[in-house]
Amino acid sequence: MSKTLFDKVWDSHVVRKIEDGPDVFFIDRHLIHEVTSPVAFLGLKTRGINVLYPERTFATADHNTPTIDQHLPVKDPLSANQLKALEDNSKEHGISHWGLGHRNNGIVHVVGPENGITLPGATIVCGDSHTSTHGAFGAIAFGIGTSEVEMVLSTQCIMQPKPKKMRINVNGKLGAGVSPKDVGLYIISQLTTSGATGYFVEYAGDVFEDMTMEGRMTVCNLSIEMGARGGMIAPDDKTFNYIQGRSMTPKGADWDKAMEYWSTLKTDDGAEFDKEFNFEASDIEPMITYGTNPGMGIGISKNIPSAESVEGGKATYDKSLAYMGYGENEPMIGKKIDYVFVGSCTNGRIEDFRAFASIVKGKKKADNVTAWLVPGSHIVEDKIKEEGILDILTDAGFALRQPGCSACLAMNDDKVPAGKYAVSTSNRNFEGRQGPGSRTLLASPLVAAAAAVTGVVTDPRTLI
Amino acid sequence: MAYDKFTTLTSTAVPLPIENVDTDQIIPARFLKATERKGFGDNLFRDWRYNGDNTPKEDFVLNNPIYSGKILVGGMNFGSGSSREHAAWSVYDYGFRCVVSSFFADIFKNNCLNVGVLPVQVSPEFADEIFKSIYDNPNTELTIDLEAQTITNSATGNSESFDINGYKKENMLNGFDDIDYLQNIKSDIEDFATTRPF
Ligand code: SF4
Repeated sequence: MSKTLFDKVWDSHVVRKIEDGPDVFFIDRHLIHEVTSPVAFLGLKTRGINVLYPERTFATADHNTPTIDQHLPVKDPLSANQLKALEDNSKEHGISHWGLGHRNNGIVHVVGPENGITLPGATIVCGDSHTSTHGAFGAIAFGIGTSEVEMVLSTQCIMQPKPKKMRINVNGKLGAGVSPKDVGLYIISQLTTSGATGYFVEYAGDVFEDMTMEGRMTVCNLSIEMGARGGMIAPDDKTFNYIQGRSMTPKGADWDKAMEYWSTLKTDDGAEFDKEFNFEASDIEPMITYGTNPGMGIGISKNIPSAESVEGGKATYDKSLAYMGYGENEPMIGKKIDYVFVGSCTNGRIEDFRAFASIVKGKKKADNVTAWLVPGSHIVEDKIKEEGILDILTDAGFALRQPGCSACLAMNDDKVPAGKYAVSTSNRNFEGRQGPGSRTLLASPLVAAAAAVTGVVTDPRTLI
Repeated sequence: MAYDKFTTLTSTAVPLPIENVDTDQIIPARFLKATERKGFGDNLFRDWRYNGDNTPKEDFVLNNPIYSGKILVGGMNFGSGSSREHAAWSVYDYGFRCVVSSFFADIFKNNCLNVGVLPVQVSPEFADEIFKSIYDNPNTELTIDLEAQTITNSATGNSESFDINGYKKENMLNGFDDIDYLQNIKSDIEDFATTRPF
C-alpha cells in the first residue's frame, strides 16, 4: 500500500495500538529545557521512578536566560532556580546538559540540528510547541506538555492518537526579497491559526526543494501557528549533507545503514492525504502581521483588511486592532516602529543574520529603533563573527547579544515596553507575548532589517 | 500527577466569548518560572484580569461576581499557541473542571485531558445558545455527563453529545493517568527500544 512520509515514520514508532485510544508512541530523542521540565522531574520523584533512557534526553538552558553578561550569576532568583533545577536534575539522572556558557548552549531547536540530535525518520519531542522545527529533516517532531515530558523521561513513550494528514504544495519560484518566513506567514494567513488543527503537515513542491535547511526549519517551525501538530519535509541530499559528520549523527557503517533507510523516506505515488492545499510562489510577497495572532498577516504592500473581509467575529477583530492601535484599511508601509528583534528558533540561525546584514550593510540604524540581535546558539554567534557579519552590524550601529529565546517570549529581561511596536522575526504576536502591553509585527529578517534602518515599516525590496 | 475522578458535573458557568484565546493570555510567560506546580490559578488570565498595579479589571468576567462555577465556556479555537501545560494547570487550579468551546487547539486539549480538566467540544450553535442562556440568566446550569458523553443546558433543556476517545474517557472516569498505563507495559517498551537504529 502506498504510504506518506508521515505514515512511514509514525507507523515505525508504534509500540502498541490501544483500541479506541491513542497509540503508545516511542520517542527516539527528547529535548528538555528549564521551564517545562522541573515539574516533570518532581513527578518522577513523587512516584519513585527513574529516567529509563537518559542517553535519549538532552538538556539545554534557553527560555529564561539573560542575553548579556552570561558569565555572571543570573539575577532573577526564580530564573536562577529553574536553571539550577535543570542542572541538578540532569546531573542526578545522567542526562547531558548544556547550561549557560557551554559551547553547545543555545535555543533548543537551534542546537538540536546543529549537534546532530535531529535525524531523518526519528521521533523528537520537547516541552515547547516549536519542536515542529525539526520536521525540516524528515523527522516527526512536536511539542508536548509537562505530563508528557514526565512520560518520556520515565518510559520513553507518550500516548498519542495518530493525527490526520495534510499536504501543502508551493510551486514556482520565490521573488527577490521573499524568504522562507514569508512562505510560512503566507500559508498561515491563508489557512488561519486553526486551519491545520488535528493534522500533521507535509510541505512539498519546488519552493521547499529549493530551500536551504535553515529555510526549511523556519517553515516547519511555523507549522504550529496554524494549529498543526507538526510539519515535515522529505529528506534529500541537502538534508544528508547538513547532518553528516555532526557529533551525534551515526558514523561509518551505521551511517551507511541509516542512509539506506533514509532514502526510503518520501511519500509514495498515490498515497492519500486527508487534505491538500496548493499555492503559487509568485503570489507571495514579503509578509508582515498587523494583529494579535500569526494568521493576521498580509503582503507588506497591502492595507489592513476591513472587518467584513476577515473570517470570524468582528468583536475579536476589533479588539485585536484596538490592541495594536491600528485601524481597518490602513497601509502597513510607513508605520512607525520602536524595536527590532532578530532571533528565536524561527529566525535565529546564520542565514537569518546574513539576510539582515545584506540590508543594513553600509547603512545606519535608525535613531528611534532599539535593536536586539540574538543568535540562536553559540555556534551561530561564532559564525557571525567568522563570516565578518559582526563587523557589518557594528559599522551600522548594531550590537550582538548572547544566545537564548530572549524577546520571543520575554521571560527574561528582554521585554518590549507597553504600547511600543516591535518588528520581530519570532513566531508569535499574541497580546503581551513580548512583554505586557507590547505590540508585535512578525516578519522576516529582511523586513526587520529594512525597519531597523528606516525606523518605519519598509518594503525590503526597495533597499536590495 | 493524579487528579480527581470526573463522572458528572452540574454547575453554573463563566462565559468568555472571545475567539482564539491563546495560552499566553491564559497564563503569561513570566509566570512560568516556578519549579513546582503551585498557585497557577492566581495568575489565570493575569493580564486580562488585573491592571499593571494588580488591581482587578472590573470589566473582566472573572472579576464579575455574577458569574461563577466550575465550567468555563470559551470562544472558538480556545487554547491556541504554546505547549505550556501551565495553561491547563491554571485552569484547573482556579477551580474549573471543564472547558466548553466550539473548537480547541490540539496541544491544549491534550494537556487538559492529562491534568483532569475535561474539554467539551460542542457545535457553534450549541455554544451560542449557552452564551445566550448564561447572559439571560447567570444562574443557568450546565450538566456534563462523561459516561453518557452529553452536555445539557438547563435553561433550554437542550443536550448535545460530545466526543472523547474511549481510553481517555476511562482515565478521566477513574482518575488514572497515562504514566500508570505506560509503567505497566514497560517490558514491551524495552523490547521495542532494542529495535531502534538510533
Ligand atoms: S525561541 Fe521562542 S518559540 Fe523558540 S523555543 Fe524559545 S520560546 Fe519557544
